[in-house]
Amino acid sequence: MSILTLALVNLRKDLRLEWRSRDTLNALGFFALLVVVIFSFSFDPNAEESRRIAGGIFWVSFVFAALVALNQAWARELRNQVLDAYRVSGASPAALFIGKAVGNFLFVAIIEALVSPLFVIFYNLRALGSSWLLATVFLLGTWALVINGTFFAALCARTRSREMMLPLLLLPISLPAVLAMVEATTALLTGEADPGMWIKLLAGYDIVFTTASLMLFETVLHSE
Amino acid sequence: MKLALVLFIAVTVALLGYGYYQGMHAAPTEQTMGHIQRIFYYHVPSAWTSFIFFFINFIASIWYLAKRNLKADALALASAEMGVVFCTIVLVTGPLWAKPVWGIWWTWDARLTTTLVLWLIYVSYLILRRFSDSQQTPTLAAALAIFGFLDVPIVYMSIRWWRTQHPQPVIAGGQGSGIDPEMRFALFANWAAFLAMAALITWFRYRLAIGEQQVEEEHRARALRSQLQEVR
Repeated sequence: MSILTLALVNLRKDLRLEWRSRDTLNALGFFALLVVVIFSFSFDPNAEESRRIAGGIFWVSFVFAALVALNQAWARELRNQVLDAYRVSGASPAALFIGKAVGNFLFVAIIEALVSPLFVIFYNLRALGSSWLLATVFLLGTWALVINGTFFAALCARTRSREMMLPLLLLPISLPAVLAMVEATTALLTGEADPGMWIKLLAGYDIVFTTASLMLFETVLHSE
Repeated sequence: MKLALVLFIAVTVALLGYGYYQGMHAAPTEQTMGHIQRIFYYHVPSAWTSFIFFFINFIASIWYLAKRNLKADALALASAEMGVVFCTIVLVTGPLWAKPVWGIWWTWDARLTTTLVLWLIYVSYLILRRFSDSQQTPTLAAALAIFGFLDVPIVYMSIRWWRTQHPQPVIAGGQGSGIDPEMRFALFANWAAFLAMAALITWFRYRLAIGEQQVEEEHRARALRSQLQEVR
C-alpha cells in the first residue's frame, strides 16, 4: 500500500472510532466553551476593545482546548500495545503520523467552527478585514498547533507523567506560531494592519515543522 | 592528561581575573551611561557563550541520532546545561542594565524575547530529560533539540516584525556602529575567559554524564545476571 492509502486507512479508523464514542469532540467542545465564558467574565470589554483582544482570547482558548485533545491523541494506541504492533508490521510510520495529524486537525477545526459563532455573539464581533483571509489564518494556525502537538504527544507518550509534559514541550516551540495567529487575527478583525506577513510566517512555520515531524517521527516511534 | 587539566584551570582563572581587570578598570568609561555600561562586559560575552553552547547541543544531538553514540548524548546534556546557565546570566544582567538606561526592566523586543524563548525551549529540554526513561532519553531529547533549534530563527523573525528596541549589534554590525578599541579588547578578553570557564565546567559535566551512563549500564547488566541465575 502506498503511504497515502495507508494514511487514509489510519484516518478513517480514527474518525470512525471518534464517531462512535464522540469522546474527544464532546470534551474538547465543552472545554473551549468554558474558556470562552471565563474570559468573557474576566475582561468584559466593549465592542471596540473586544476587536483588539478577541484574537488573543480566541487563540489562547484553542491552544488549551487543543492540548486537551492532543493529550488523548495516542491513548488508544498505547492501550493493548497497538503502537508496538504497528512498529513490527513494517507499515510506514509517516502514514500513521499523517493519519493521526489530519484526524486531530479535523477535530480541532470542527470545534473552532462550532465555538467561533459564540465568540461573535459574546464579544459582538464583526470582522473589518477580509473573511477569506481569516479562514486561511484559522486553517494555517490550527495546522501549526496540531502538527507539532501530534508529534510531541507521541514523544510524551514515552515519558513519565506524559499529560503534564505535553504543554511544557509544545508551548515554547509554538510561541512564534501563536504570536503570528494572534497578530494576523487581530489585524483582520480591526482592519488596521496588513496580515500578509504573519500569514506568510505561519505558512513557513507549517512547512518547516511538517517536514521536521515527518523526518523525526520514525525515530521517536522506535526509541527504546 | 591531568597536567593539561591543571594548566587549563590555571589559564581559566588567570583569564577571568584579567577579564575582570580589563572590564572594570582598564576599559574607558562610557560617555552617556557611565559605569553602568560596564555590565556590557558580562552581558554580551554570556550571550555569545550561551548561543555557542546551544549550537554545540544541536550538533551533538544530530551526531547522536546519526551514530547512536552515547558520548554525543553526554555532550548534548552538558552543553545544554551550560547554555541554560549563561542564558540565565544574560536574562538577569539584561534587566539590571535596562532599568537605569531605558527606564524599564523589560521590553518585548526581538533580541530579548528571542533569548527568553531560547531559554524556555532549553529548560523544557532539560525537563524532558528528567522525565523520560533513561534508555529513551537520548533519542527523545535529540528530537526536541532539533525542533528547538529550527524554532529559533522563526522566533527571531516573528518578533523583529513585532517590535524592536534593543540597540543594534556594535560588533560586526552595519555602518556607523562600532566601539572604542579598548572596550572591544575588554569585551573579547571577557569572552575568552567565559568560554574557557564554560568549556572547563562542560568537560567536568561531560565526564560525570559518562560516569552516570556507566553506572546505569552496570545496574542493567546486574539485573540481567540475577534474572539469569533465577532461571537456572
